[in-house]
Amino acid sequence: MTLINTRISVPPQAQANTVVEIKTLVSHPMESGYRIDYMGEMIPRNILTRFTCEYLGQPVLEAEFGPGIAANPFMAFNLLATTTGELVFTWTDQHGEVSTETRTLLVVDP
Amino acid sequence: MRSHWRLLLTVVWLSASLSGHLWAAEPRSGYAFQSSDTQTLQDDDFQNPGMLWVDQGEVLFQTAAGNSGKACVDCHADMQGVARSFPQRNPDTGQLMSLTQQIQHCRTTHQQATPIRYESTPALALSAYIGYQSTGLPFAPVPASLAMELERGEAYYYQRKGQLNLGCQHCHEDSVGEMLRGDKISQGHGNGYPIYRLEWQSAGSLHRRLRSCDIGVRAQPHQLGSQTYTEVELFLRQRAGSLPLEVPAVRR
Repeated sequence: MTLINTRISVPPQAQANTVVEIKTLVSHPMESGYRIDYMGEMIPRNILTRFTCEYLGQPVLEAEFGPGIAANPFMAFNLLATTTGELVFTWTDQHGEVSTETRTLLVVDP
Repeated sequence: MRSHWRLLLTVVWLSASLSGHLWAAEPRSGYAFQSSDTQTLQDDDFQNPGMLWVDQGEVLFQTAAGNSGKACVDCHADMQGVARSFPQRNPDTGQLMSLTQQIQHCRTTHQQATPIRYESTPALALSAYIGYQSTGLPFAPVPASLAMELERGEAYYYQRKGQLNLGCQHCHEDSVGEMLRGDKISQGHGNGYPIYRLEWQSAGSLHRRLRSCDIGVRAQPHQLGSQTYTEVELFLRQRAGSLPLEVPAVRR
């Protein structure tokens, strides 16, 4: 899939049972399908339709994207850090193609 | 007696308007004219969508290309502050080149690789990556050897053009702070390019911005990478004075 670039911000470490902020920014044209080009031809729709984040195998966020979402979608959300584990980010485009990134959230006991 | 005064005033007004350009406002970056939301987007290196291009530029900078088998980094170890002195005269060709044109030149001559288009993703990405390493520093003063080009750039800036018969100064000096449809008119400085423009939903060069302005006043626009726009870019470099660079800037 055409995710040329993925930026993910996860804190280097978190205290157990605290809320941490996760941020993601991906490069994607999010072409709405409603625009016409210089020749008067419709520009075909090309959008991401779904974003999910799983922590310790459990979904923490699921988002549906439509044609009204701007290019290069930015997502920021909070989650409760419990134990050290994997964060799995997936973006799905309209053709069902999936792009996945993984980060480890390091949780330390206070 | 009264008519004498009127004549005198007319003469004073005429000489003031003919004696060149009286604009001497304190330079303010386009940043100051953005909404706080847009400013926040620029301030946070993570949120700033222009950083997607910077990241990609960093990868390209280290990737070997063309018959030479060389990457940019093989010749250029330290690019800090380099973008401050562009546009500049290329010593090989004698031509005035913007940073993007210099990248294009390096790519075909030194790397012996396939050319890249002016507004293409690799050209924007490399320009953004190199520009980013001068963020916070002011432009270098324009050397006297570029006086001719500087003069032509200035002339284009102040020339009335298009069906609307406007020069750049009519918006960016005389009407600064006023609204042009949904936009607050800025002083028109070129210190944040390539910028991420929300309307474009993409990064874009200063030449693209100049083209949009020319189209806006219904003038015949020049090509991206044209000599005229590079000269205007040079004039804008001088005009920005001590304003620090803020690549990649975010604009509405």
